[in-house]
Amino acid sequence: MDTMLAPQDLTLDIDAVYRESNVQQALDALDRELIGLAPVKRRVREIAALLLVEKLRRSIGLHAEAPPLHMSFTGNPGTGKTTVAMRMASILHGLGYVRKGQLVAVTRDDLVGQYIGHTAPKTKEVLKRAMGGVLFIDEAYYLYRPDNERDYGQEAIEILLQIMENQRDDLVVIFAGYKDRMDRFFSSNPGLASRVAHHIDFPDYSPDELLAIANLMLQRMQYSLSEDAAVALRKYIALRLTQPRFSNARSIRNALDRARLRQANRLFERRGEPLTRAALSTIEPEDIRASRVFGVAEGNP
Amino acid sequence: MRITQGAFSFLPDLTDAQIRAQLEYCLGNGWAISVEFTDDPHPRNTFWEMWGMPMFDLKDAAGIMSEVEACRKAYPNHYIKLNAFDSTSGWEALRLSFIINRPKHEPGFVLERQETQGRSIRYTTRSYATRDPEGERYA
Repeated sequence: MDTMLAPQDLTLDIDAVYRESNVQQALDALDRELIGLAPVKRRVREIAALLLVEKLRRSIGLHAEAPPLHMSFTGNPGTGKTTVAMRMASILHGLGYVRKGQLVAVTRDDLVGQYIGHTAPKTKEVLKRAMGGVLFIDEAYYLYRPDNERDYGQEAIEILLQIMENQRDDLVVIFAGYKDRMDRFFSSNPGLASRVAHHIDFPDYSPDELLAIANLMLQRMQYSLSEDAAVALRKYIALRLTQPRFSNARSIRNALDRARLRQANRLFERRGEPLTRAALSTIEPEDIRASRVFGVAEGNP
Repeated sequence: MRITQGAFSFLPDLTDAQIRAQLEYCLGNGWAISVEFTDDPHPRNTFWEMWGMPMFDLKDAAGIMSEVEACRKAYPNHYIKLNAFDSTSGWEALRLSFIINRPKHEPGFVLERQETQGRSIRYTTRSYATRDPEGERYA
């Protein structure tokens, strides 16, 4: 233990530690590249602040115990759970909470074996790969099958619990899935629920946010919307929201991919005409209006 | 007699922190690590028992250290070594191998001279430990 305690009135430069940790870039990138998600961003900031303060406390010899950071991300499909998990890994790495900062994304198949004695080595291997980083378990509720008491999922959960408790310096586990099913999963595994410190709920996106996401995606793919196409896309989003199986940003990505397909086809049909750079990178309203969504809305599928 | 096989064997035993640092170096080079153990210390014994599969795709030494702990617990009085394999050339090449656990007492080797045709002599080294059957040595 450090016996040279700092005097009470020593002023510390939290800003310097913040700048040093590179976490600012990660947080800024989170703000810039992820639209909406205000509660998620707030929580990520809180966690970053906590870790910064812990780091400062340790630097002057105050008692600082690494807080448990296992998390649960709940939300509808396409709300950015995996993306945030990826950012979380780099933020935690920047703050020195995890040593390497890799993200290992797994589902039930990667953890649970097919026969007796197969599960434990399989789960342990995944855990070993995730050490020094973040283990992201997508659709974690599939691990627990209450209808089959011989299911090997329970074994995987027990090993997970043991490692989460005993080696919390070595890895952070993030459980992700849809809200209602995750709630049921945690209520039937109280031991797990009590070891997960942060429950973060990902809200659905508003139509405006979805439009902003679409623009961001197009910008990254080096496309742009013509003015009329932007209007069409807004209409498309409003209609798509009312239809079943809407999965937020993922649906938008799929819609844009199909619009690109139609745009390519449209340009191909008109071959022979001179093609400009602008034409190659502009999505026109007809590329969007040809969507099935408009057909259903007008009653002629 | 302290056996000297592999890297670092003329140094004092590595501490866990030193082992971890070596592993971090190996992982930093993208090598896969395996844990092996034996109770037959003959220098020509290249077939040690495997403690699980070689560990691929690891980023951090913590996972290997937990396997090392488990192996030490199961075989506290065996020789345990770590091997690092490099696959960048398309095959697994052994880059580093070092002993991390050894029996408390190492009885050493006897040199046997076999007198054969004429006046020639054939030499054999045999560990005193191997007088006992496998699994009962270094008790």
